[in-house]
Amino acid sequence: MTHQAAEFIFPNDMSGVAWTVMIVLYPYITGLVAGAFVVAALYHVFGRKELAPVARFALAASFSFCAFATLPLLLHLHQPQRAFFIMFMPNFTSAMAGFGFIYSFYLTLLAVEILLVFRSDIVAMAAGTGIKSLLYKVLSLGVLRETAKSKQIDAKWIHALSVIGIPAACVLHGYVGFIFGGIKANPWWSTALMPVIFLASAIVSGIAMLIVLYVVYSKVRGVKVDDECLRSMMKTLWLFLILAVTLESLELLNMAYEAGEEWHILSRLVTEKLRFTFLYVQLIIGSAIPFVLLLIGWMKKTSPRTRITLGTISGLLVLVQVLAMRFNVVIGGQMLSKSFRGFVQYVPEWYGREGILVAMGVFTLPFILLIAVTQILPVWKIDAHDH
Amino acid sequence: MSCCDNKGGKDTCCETKEAPVGLLDANESRREFIWDAVKNFTFGALTLTAIPIFVEKADAEEVHTNSDGKEVKGHTVLFGYLVDTTKCIGCGGCMLACKKENDVPDGEFRTWVERYVYYKDGSVRVDANTKGTFAFTELPPIDPKEVDKAFFVPKLCNHCLDTPCIQVCPVGASYKTKEGVVLVDYEQCIGCAYCVQACPFGTRFINTKTNTADKCTWCYHRIQHGEKPACVDVCPTGTRTFGDINDPESEISKTLAANRIDVLKSYLGTRPKTRYIGLTAEVV
Repeated sequence: MTHQAAEFIFPNDMSGVAWTVMIVLYPYITGLVAGAFVVAALYHVFGRKELAPVARFALAASFSFCAFATLPLLLHLHQPQRAFFIMFMPNFTSAMAGFGFIYSFYLTLLAVEILLVFRSDIVAMAAGTGIKSLLYKVLSLGVLRETAKSKQIDAKWIHALSVIGIPAACVLHGYVGFIFGGIKANPWWSTALMPVIFLASAIVSGIAMLIVLYVVYSKVRGVKVDDECLRSMMKTLWLFLILAVTLESLELLNMAYEAGEEWHILSRLVTEKLRFTFLYVQLIIGSAIPFVLLLIGWMKKTSPRTRITLGTISGLLVLVQVLAMRFNVVIGGQMLSKSFRGFVQYVPEWYGREGILVAMGVFTLPFILLIAVTQILPVWKIDAHDH
Repeated sequence: MSCCDNKGGKDTCCETKEAPVGLLDANESRREFIWDAVKNFTFGALTLTAIPIFVEKADAEEVHTNSDGKEVKGHTVLFGYLVDTTKCIGCGGCMLACKKENDVPDGEFRTWVERYVYYKDGSVRVDANTKGTFAFTELPPIDPKEVDKAFFVPKLCNHCLDTPCIQVCPVGASYKTKEGVVLVDYEQCIGCAYCVQACPFGTRFINTKTNTADKCTWCYHRIQHGEKPACVDVCPTGTRTFGDINDPESEISKTLAANRIDVLKSYLGTRPKTRYIGLTAEVV
């Protein structure tokens, strides 16, 4: 006789999930960091000159998101005052122990690259007196003179940092994926594809964010959207969207086709618990629809006006998709009780340290910083030698 | 003894002190100095690393009172735990004892008892007494006529030999004692809950009183003094056995040797030291 076991979750699962929306937000923000950097790197390293209008802004955006990437983690820790233990006494068998180092390296790299890219402007604005010039004097780090040779050296370093930044971005986000992928106790997480999936979706979200911000900023500044630039971003987004969705689908298809021991509960997770956020939001609204919209959007025949509309809509949809993907991985995985017989109840918390309101507040901070950066630095300027 | 007293081999300290600058080739002396410094540092570092290793080894082989109250000598103590599910009557006394002994908050569990009921129609009901009350009285009664078989399975930390929880702890707050007991350093735990995710058995939780990860310690404060864990002491049927599995004469070793033993989720390769008698395929 085959036995059909009824619902049962382990008693410790009754208190809900241990990782909340903050842990959904954290990979979402780091994804935007990595994705925006890739756009800058496409310009600086891969010679995609049509991306010049957003190259500087992409760096500024990447930096702004990076600056707040750790905040959700800090809010999540039950002993936040011990946060720096992760750097002072790291246990290197833990995938998480590398975090402090990888993150610090990346933030430093971004900061240095931005200072170098904007050096000429900073030096020019540092001349004179007053509080504003004092700010630029500080940003110039005391170097107030520029020569042809120094510019040449700066250009070399910008290129080098962009080159280093690409594998660094892969490590930064691949690592986040590995945090989940390396947990053998959880069949929804435990796959070698996880880091690659995270990386692909990170690039997708970063490009989508840049498209939306570029269009919005152009409207605000009353400037025409550069059609070639937008088209190029949409084409790249379309490509990476295909890659991300293919990998995500492959993972699920593999689980379903092998139909191992845990599939009976995983299939229920996908079709019951995550029906809305996975099937509807992640796959249909966030992937299938933008796939079509982007395809129409990047075609040459499409008018620039339509392109802007299609780009913005698909950008927003993709941003929602990636957020849903993070939710489905982080929360979805925890809904699975380790008894594999039932589901942990997830009740979203609104108020409180790890609540949705605080999460929304945290997510606005990078935008505030980005606005500040755009006020301080000429992010929309296109360097003469760039074109 | 200063290094200059060394009359045997080449003495770096004296040489560098005595070599008048300017007479020797400056580069030569600097190179030598650096090389010697490297050698001395390496030697010193190796010695300092080796001392604790020897000390630890000697310590573990010292005379030790095991949980059977016997003094053991000459072998390393390795604690193990055996649950004979055929003896459990589901009274839940172990849970109550654990809660009291270790001040476990309500709704959080270092140990619990699961009940497996196999109905004649092929369905299996699995539940657990989670209210902290005596026995399964709070759960709906079961008609014995509908049932093929039923049994209880006490659960607790498996104190695995290859622990995923220690592996993932980013700050090394989860660690294993020399007797193989997996513990959490509550002063060092940052409360990231990665270990809660990594434990395949659901035995870890975030303690809402201490705001750190928490789990069964096999009552480490008791077993250090040769006592048994509270759950073992309180069990009226001898379901739970605790002892030194490296000592062939201990009660647990004898029971392990004489029975067919199983562990939970063996396919994950964590090598649990909490072992079971009388599991079925449905128990995870």
